[in-house]
Amino acid sequence: MTATGTYTPRPGAAPLPRMIGSQAALETKMLLRNGEQLLLTVVIPTLLLVLFSTVDIVDTGAGEAVDFLTPGILALAVVSTAFTGQAIATGFERRYGVLKRLASSPLPRWGLMTAKTLSVLVTEILQVILLTAIAFALGWNPHGGPAAVVLLLVLGTAAFSGLGLLMAGTLKAEATLAAANLVFLLLLVGGGVIVPLDKFPAGAQDVLALLPVSALSDGLRDVLQDGAGMPWGDLGILAVWAVVGLTAAGRFFRWE
Amino acid sequence: MRSEPVVRVEALVKRYGTRTAVNGLDLTARAGVTAVLGPNGAGKTTTVETCEGYRRPDAGLVRVLGLDPQRQAADLRPRIGVMLQSGGVYSGARADEMLRHVAGLHAHPLDVDALVERLGLGSCGRTTYRRLSGGQQQRLALAMAVVGRPELVFLDEPTAGLDPQARRATWDLVRDLRADGVSVILTTHYMDEAEQLADDVAIIDAGRVVAQGSPEELCRGGAENTLRFTGRPGLDVTSLLKALPADSSAAELAAGSYRVTGKVDPQLLATVTSWCAQHGVMPDRISVERHTLEDVFLELTGKELR
Repeated sequence: MTATGTYTPRPGAAPLPRMIGSQAALETKMLLRNGEQLLLTVVIPTLLLVLFSTVDIVDTGAGEAVDFLTPGILALAVVSTAFTGQAIATGFERRYGVLKRLASSPLPRWGLMTAKTLSVLVTEILQVILLTAIAFALGWNPHGGPAAVVLLLVLGTAAFSGLGLLMAGTLKAEATLAAANLVFLLLLVGGGVIVPLDKFPAGAQDVLALLPVSALSDGLRDVLQDGAGMPWGDLGILAVWAVVGLTAAGRFFRWE
Repeated sequence: MRSEPVVRVEALVKRYGTRTAVNGLDLTARAGVTAVLGPNGAGKTTTVETCEGYRRPDAGLVRVLGLDPQRQAADLRPRIGVMLQSGGVYSGARADEMLRHVAGLHAHPLDVDALVERLGLGSCGRTTYRRLSGGQQQRLALAMAVVGRPELVFLDEPTAGLDPQARRATWDLVRDLRADGVSVILTTHYMDEAEQLADDVAIIDAGRVVAQGSPEELCRGGAENTLRFTGRPGLDVTSLLKALPADSSAAELAAGSYRVTGKVDPQLLATVTSWCAQHGVMPDRISVERHTLEDVFLELTGKELR
């Protein structure tokens, strides 16, 4: 036991951008390494897009099926990453003390949340690149301006992140796993992703149209399929969900 | 060594619902290694986690490196290293990957490769955390606590469930930290761990500190120690007692089997043997029974299971 100086204290936090960047990179790596997450974020949206575009299973109305489906699948991609994937990953990080351990590191809590958001955005960019490439290969013919699309995707991400984190920060990890997958399925069927909302009874349509996934897929469809300008109604619905979800998550999230 | 406390806890109270986990606890830890001993549920982890900033005290004062862990958390966090009792790592992360990440959160971290080598984590290779052995998981958590070159390290049961080799490696690291001027607060169930490592031991029971001092001080206090020897039966015990210090006792328990109690130190041993020499007694089988930390611990915290 002689002093070697190896461990002589020299404390200090790394610069914030480096901490957040490192955290975001690790989170993204964990997501891309996880088979179940890839199934959810890559395999399922891709399969649905290819299957329903090439096989006439659901009547998607006038026009090419791929033009109807691609906006819906992009909405689904946001749900899979910002909501389901983030909720499950965060739920288990909470369960296994990862959030707790990081809370005593120099990385502030808001820095951790920023890193999570960056990781979600990076994943979504990869999803959008993959899915639009496949859509183009299937003959997709998009309209509209990119600004409206980006705004819809960002607000949708905010809304679903809030809801996903609310779930992850309040329920048990196993409950989050089950509930996040169930909600994913329900939104897939009832949120205008693959099945047009007008196939549902009139009363149900009004309620379903208020879901964040319906607003996102409907807004994306207005722009990309019909070439509309800013879909303010859908943006408004997403903004309300984002405010409600993020506020509730901020209020009720438990770190351990 | 500096004498200002690294941790100062005064009249700490922490309740969970109706259960009081910590009940007016006072603890001062100075530079060096402080071991916090106590039975399960005594309040060790709650106390440590309050110092780490995880728990908000219901009452009392907590200062770590002179800072309030709640209000000055941002200043405190870079200066401390934390090893949780379990977990703390992404289940899909590899050991070196996680350690490198934590190192990257600090301005002047240790050399990660050297630390991996030192704690025998090099063999983990591409194995993810969930598939590491319990011992490997523990050592990774320990590495994560020290990699940022903190001034103060909190280790919550760092060797629970480790094999003897891994336990030695952990002890050696704690000794090296101490030698380089890092203070360590560790909780443990193992008396030998506290005796081996700690400058100072605090015994906690039912949410309070019931004894604190160096291992030697704690063992000296409490009940008296015992010296036994055998010799010719029927020795004059009264004469022996006269030669001994005032607070001692001497008795022939069985024919030729003697017991002396009191403050057993080298002086007492010399007194007994010289008395034997004066009386032409050949004492054989002289044995000294010192109180171990475990005796003190059981005396203070009771022997019943809980």
